[in-house]
Amino acid sequence: MVELARKLALPERRLPASPVLVVLLGSCVFLVIGCLQSTIFAQQTVAGLAQGAVYGSLALALVLIYRATEVINFAQGEMAMASVYIAYQLIQWGFSYWEAFAVTLAVAFVLGIAIQVAVIRPVQHKSVIAVVIVTVGLFILIDGLVNWKWGGAIRFMPAPFGGRVYHAGGVAFARQDLGTLVVTIASVMLLWALFQFTKLGLGMRAAALRPAAASLVGVRVNRMLAVGWGLAAVLGAVAGLMAEPSQFVLQPTLMQPILLYAFAAAVLGGLESPAGAVVGGLALGIFLNLIGQYVHFVTSELRLPFAFAVLLAVLLVKPTGLFGHGKVRKV
Amino acid sequence: MTALLELEDVHARYGPVRALHGVSLTVGEGEIVALLGANGAGKTTTLRAISGTVRRDGTIRFAGRALDGGADGAARRGIAHVPEGRGTFAEMTVWENLRLGAYTRRGALKDDFARVRSYFPWLEDRRGQQAGTLSGGEQQMLALARAFMQRPRLVLLDEPSLGLAPLLVTEIFRIVKELNEREGMTALVVEQNAHIALQAASSAYVLEVGRVALSGPSEELQAHESVRRSYLGY
Repeated sequence: MVELARKLALPERRLPASPVLVVLLGSCVFLVIGCLQSTIFAQQTVAGLAQGAVYGSLALALVLIYRATEVINFAQGEMAMASVYIAYQLIQWGFSYWEAFAVTLAVAFVLGIAIQVAVIRPVQHKSVIAVVIVTVGLFILIDGLVNWKWGGAIRFMPAPFGGRVYHAGGVAFARQDLGTLVVTIASVMLLWALFQFTKLGLGMRAAALRPAAASLVGVRVNRMLAVGWGLAAVLGAVAGLMAEPSQFVLQPTLMQPILLYAFAAAVLGGLESPAGAVVGGLALGIFLNLIGQYVHFVTSELRLPFAFAVLLAVLLVKPTGLFGHGKVRKV
Repeated sequence: MTALLELEDVHARYGPVRALHGVSLTVGEGEIVALLGANGAGKTTTLRAISGTVRRDGTIRFAGRALDGGADGAARRGIAHVPEGRGTFAEMTVWENLRLGAYTRRGALKDDFARVRSYFPWLEDRRGQQAGTLSGGEQQMLALARAFMQRPRLVLLDEPSLGLAPLLVTEIFRIVKELNEREGMTALVVEQNAHIALQAASSAYVLEVGRVALSGPSEELQAHESVRRSYLGY
């Protein structure tokens, strides 16, 4: 293992602290045993994973921007929601679902870059609070634009995966859950590979971690930060498009609850940690689904308070989140 | 000897505070030039002016052409600036730091890494280690190695001896000298430790409150009365 890590030049010290690892492994064992014991448990776990993947990818978008710009992008959910409307419009114009999906991601990338260049960059060096206010303004602006163009009425989109259900060993898996899981995890993995193995990814990480030192080695920092916003927008668009089918309808408030779950997931994982965001999202998705199934007073209205209760509990025990660590380094 | 870097009447300021009041200096191709002076004399600012990380006036010519644009522009022209505090990416691995050194170049890094390894053999075993967990001396060497990966025409070194044990300081300067002799690396070195800097450098400039107070070949400066008293301590 150590040998492999050295060959790949992967960092050896980035695993989270061991108690966290033990808890995570324990939960995995618990889930596996549960799934083998009960079909309902297995179904709920898979459905939870699918929801959690959506939370996780939006949380990852938040983390990307947090690392590059050091603020929570409050407009992340609305950017995702607008992307879903763009896909909706493309489908109305006669594109097939997956054509629209691809075009939407490209448009989201360009729009993400445009937002960074046009409204974030001018205030970035002023103060953190200025950037936060700009993202809140973006939230209102995008919400307004979507309402103006498409109106607040409910709309319907074709389902990307259809309504089929697979049966395996007495457990029913919705094709939609599996599809959501595959698409979100694939996009997260692609993004990870981009950051880990490409020069662009290396430059982006350097620009986010230490802008001054990065520019001294020739990284065009501003360009990298803009690309970071573009990628976050793409990830948000994936999350939005995958979230839409489970809500059954498309309306401008689509992403507002999901942004809150994603925020909880990001903090749960430790705002600075991309892996933490994904794990946090998956854990939150599964936890909420299982609680909803087995604890009867937790109705769907109580899901959000429960998500925050979990968040609060974790932060009391480990304030830096699951994968976060205080900045300690040898000098 | 052809001049690689020429500064002519360069001024720089931090907000309202003026740090350089017209510095002129020349670094010849293949030379090691030392920049000496007390704290606050403007040594670091001179390097920052060259790499474009501080606002400045005056002309700076590099390899015959005017040098302007930001820090990444200077890096693309072939200037590797190892700043005070080394500028290593503590959160990244040793290998990633070296890859970042070669950021402005295209093509494979294998040959470069092989050459870097011949000067810093220990880097091989530490490729996957997080740079922040290296010792101070190792980090300084990593910063040098990273600068070298850039295949720079000019290296700006800011206080490579800072916070290091005397033995390590000697080691660092030995490697700088070796890179200069064997690879033809040109370097402008800011240093508090005038003694060791004058030994490595062929010529030197002494800055006092943002101006060049003295300059000349190292042997002359070593013999110079006021340099000896102020910077060499005998």
